Amino acid sequence: MSSDQSSQRIAVDRWEHFAHDADIGIRGWGSTPAEAFEQAARALTAVVTQATVVPRAEVGVSCSAPDLELLLVEWLNAIIYEMAVRRMLFGQFVVQIEKGQLKGTLRGEPVDIARHAPAAEPKGATYTSLKVAQGVDGLWSAACVVDV
Amino acid sequence: MDTTRFTQVDPTTWRLEPSGAMRVPVLIYADERLVSEMDDKVIAQATNVATLPGIVRGSYVMPDGHWGYGFPIGGVAAFDPDHGGVVSAGGVGFDISCGVRTMLTGLSVSDILPKQKELADSLFRQIPAGVGSTGAITLDAIEMEEMLAGGAQWAVARGWGDEADLDRIEEAGRMTGAQPDCVSDRAKERQREEMGTLGSGNHYLEVQAVAEIFDPVVANVFGIAKDGVVVTIHCGSRGLGHQIGSEFLKEMVMTAGESGIVLPDRELACAPINSEVGQRYLGAMRAATNCALANREILGHYARRVFTHFFPNAELPILFDVSHNTCKVETHIVEGKQRELFVHRKGATRAFGPGHASLPAALRLVGQPVLIGGSMGTSSYILVGDARSEAQAFSSACHGAGRAMSRHAALRQWSGRKIVDELAAQGILIRSPSSRGVAEEAPGAYKDVGAVVAAAERAGLARRVARLRPLICVKG
Repeated sequence: MSSDQSSQRIAVDRWEHFAHDADIGIRGWGSTPAEAFEQAARALTAVVTQATVVPRAEVGVSCSAPDLELLLVEWLNAIIYEMAVRRMLFGQFVVQIEKGQLKGTLRGEPVDIARHAPAAEPKGATYTSLKVAQGVDGLWSAACVVDV
Repeated sequence: MDTTRFTQVDPTTWRLEPSGAMRVPVLIYADERLVSEMDDKVIAQATNVATLPGIVRGSYVMPDGHWGYGFPIGGVAAFDPDHGGVVSAGGVGFDISCGVRTMLTGLSVSDILPKQKELADSLFRQIPAGVGSTGAITLDAIEMEEMLAGGAQWAVARGWGDEADLDRIEEAGRMTGAQPDCVSDRAKERQREEMGTLGSGNHYLEVQAVAEIFDPVVANVFGIAKDGVVVTIHCGSRGLGHQIGSEFLKEMVMTAGESGIVLPDRELACAPINSEVGQRYLGAMRAATNCALANREILGHYARRVFTHFFPNAELPILFDVSHNTCKVETHIVEGKQRELFVHRKGATRAFGPGHASLPAALRLVGQPVLIGGSMGTSSYILVGDARSEAQAFSSACHGAGRAMSRHAALRQWSGRKIVDELAAQGILIRSPSSRGVAEEAPGAYKDVGAVVAAAERAGLARRVARLRPLICVKG
């Protein structure tokens, strides 16, 4: 029960895709940079699949960068790496950021080609349209273009 | 694109004189319509490239130029190491040495048609494509080093391909100067099970019919004739190249300042060629080039295996294998002087004209085959290098159609299933694990590749030899 509740809580859509000539942009929002990063990660998964990703297994990642924008790229690239080497997709993300250090938890399952029908393979997060900023409403956004 | 700032030199050359921090002019090769359809960001990016240290002669944009990362896609720029020249991870791109190879089958359309469906199904089963697919090959640490150093020569030595193939692959199938020890463990781990996989996005394997011949003499030398059938593979260095690209992009962004380089855009991340980071990137990038060459050789071998099953006498020799995301050391004459330059081609194809010493004897008289991939379901082209291209853009040409519409917009407009059905009605069989992936790559989401190659020909970049139309397309 509790895991269902937590997945519902996390499943609030606060992300979007935006257009790029050749590829696709992802953007997440949250009340903190960490939440915006979690939502951006969901947008990344949605580049690959629109199907539900069941949180069967958990993977921890960590990365660091001198500023929040470079950290967003490192975070997304860490997810892309785990997706590639484990052949998994992730649907739930928990992020903690402290002094340029990010610790993240990814929850997901192995790719099921029939069920997930993966549309594209992210090659890397880019510095194009890269922006992590707090809006006037206090809400943080985290965005960049992903090369697919 | 607003062309008022440009001087139109001739019908297909648009020149923007250097101003501000630009060291060289921007030169766009395209007809009026293609230029007007280019995004303004293409000018901004080409202008940024023109500010980089050591750039020689110009910042060039090919007729298929569009908004890329740092460099425009369709961007060409050469740098001189003796004048502070740089090497740019962004200028090569994430998919290092992504490229195209075309193989001749000796078959005609009438041979294929009775077996078209079975052939499509078999190719789809035998060529691992898309997210989550795994190749049959797993590399241990020793084999990984050998592959990164040996490229297609390594693949041939392991039985995936023929010795005769090497002559028809750039660099004879093996990029010298590769340094596997400059490739991170994470990049190697990402590649461990990805050899012999096609990837996804716009990567594909196509069986194509020769629909039209523009230059019968060169076509004859290339071994292609109307209604003949060829196999074309478009893919790159898979996870390894992507990981190297991401890692060096970050490192070069963080170290550019130390080298006194002002980056107008972080994605232009670069390092002096004569620096420790620059040399390390070149060693890793060349290793990734070998990975791409090996991967296309293995995929070519798989294609041969399938064809031999259906057509026991088919041999599938390579016409040519050429990359379009590269940085290569080449000798060019600049203002009468021979100079060794590091030529970046980001979504641009090397296009050596007749007589170039690097070409195999059988092709030297006519020039290098320049392979231009179309979008799924539309035409592709085989061009030949034009001697004039040396003066135009260091012997470079376009690489494909270029997107006219974002993936996002394509998804709103098309359904994958409908596209598959419509193309099937036109005799084009699409095989893909993802209906959404098909919609994102819809033929209508790309520019007219015919206009791109016509402009390339008019601009003296490369001449048209043949147009190909797809019969089967396997995509990830």
